[in-house]
Amino acid sequence: MGVDPEAQFHVLAVDDSLIDRKLIERLLRTSSYQVTTVDSGSKALEVLGLMEDPDISSPASTDKNQIEVNLVITDYCMPGMTGYDLLKKIKGSSNLKDIPVVIMSSENVPSRINRCLEGGAEEFFLKPIQVSDMIRLRLYMLKGRPKEQQQSQQQENKITTGSSSCNSNNNNNINKRKAIDEGLSPEKRRPRFSRNSLALVSYEKEI
Amino acid sequence: MSLMALREQLNMLLNSMYIEGLLDQQFQQLQMLQDASSPGFVAEVITLFCEDAERILTELTKLVDQAVVDFQKVDAYVHQLKGSSSSVGAQNVKLACIQFRQFCEENNKVGCLNALNVVKHHYYLLRNKFDTMLQLEQRIQAYDSKQQN
Repeated sequence: MGVDPEAQFHVLAVDDSLIDRKLIERLLRTSSYQVTTVDSGSKALEVLGLMEDPDISSPASTDKNQIEVNLVITDYCMPGMTGYDLLKKIKGSSNLKDIPVVIMSSENVPSRINRCLEGGAEEFFLKPIQVSDMIRLRLYMLKGRPKEQQQSQQQENKITTGSSSCNSNNNNNINKRKAIDEGLSPEKRRPRFSRNSLALVSYEKEI
Repeated sequence: MSLMALREQLNMLLNSMYIEGLLDQQFQQLQMLQDASSPGFVAEVITLFCEDAERILTELTKLVDQAVVDFQKVDAYVHQLKGSSSSVGAQNVKLACIQFRQFCEENNKVGCLNALNVVKHHYYLLRNKFDTMLQLEQRIQAYDSKQQN
């Protein structure tokens, strides 16, 4: 059948919690992505080929990064460099700014969510992360692909996911789980939006 | 015990844990992530969680016992435990952690002492059942591979 295009997506996952790293790795592999996990923002930058000290500007940047990363998914709360700090470093780097970054957090703090989205994050997932969240990552990784590859990937997506609008508008399927009450059992929880994030992100239908 | 009986025992155990609130839907997510290519996934996550939880509970016991409690430090640990319990679906432990954090925010030492006991209570209940679960799973998996040989 030829090379499976899905197998080419490489995700870098950043989380200081070992358990969450195990989980995200499994979730990503189950979705057929290649995975690298690291436990800190600074390690993530190493993997991405971006040295923290700008004087040691990486000679590797001439042959791009040693490892090509299609998407970074990072926890927000980490000691040292937070997920937000990492986001800013990536978006501030000419080499890396086009890599989509997704942020995860166990805490639903609208100002935090907005700050991350404004800082260039594609999306903000509330933990615990679900399989359905993984499928959404493909949308962002496709953005970085050349047009022809995008189109053939979309054909695949239409067949596999049944979605007919996966590329028309990024905001169509924005994660609606940005604001969820803690303590509610999952069966009862309904996606809600805080006023702030409603202002930033558009939704086709309201819940 | 027959394979079927073992499976039934495991199912009953799981069901009771869901009904009693020890586990929530997130644990089901874990179960769904286990398959032929990753047969030890749930066991691995459970084991990691328990090791991590016990490490944190030990630290918390020391911290809350101090004459002057460093509530920020305590809160940081409880936050960690809340996160990992949420990730594995350990519902009662998670809820107890949420309560605990309230007391941290209020700088309430007595509240923290009590809350820690509640967390421990729920954690050890869960640990007990996890132990049984893993034993049953081991026996089931051993049975399966014997049958195939």
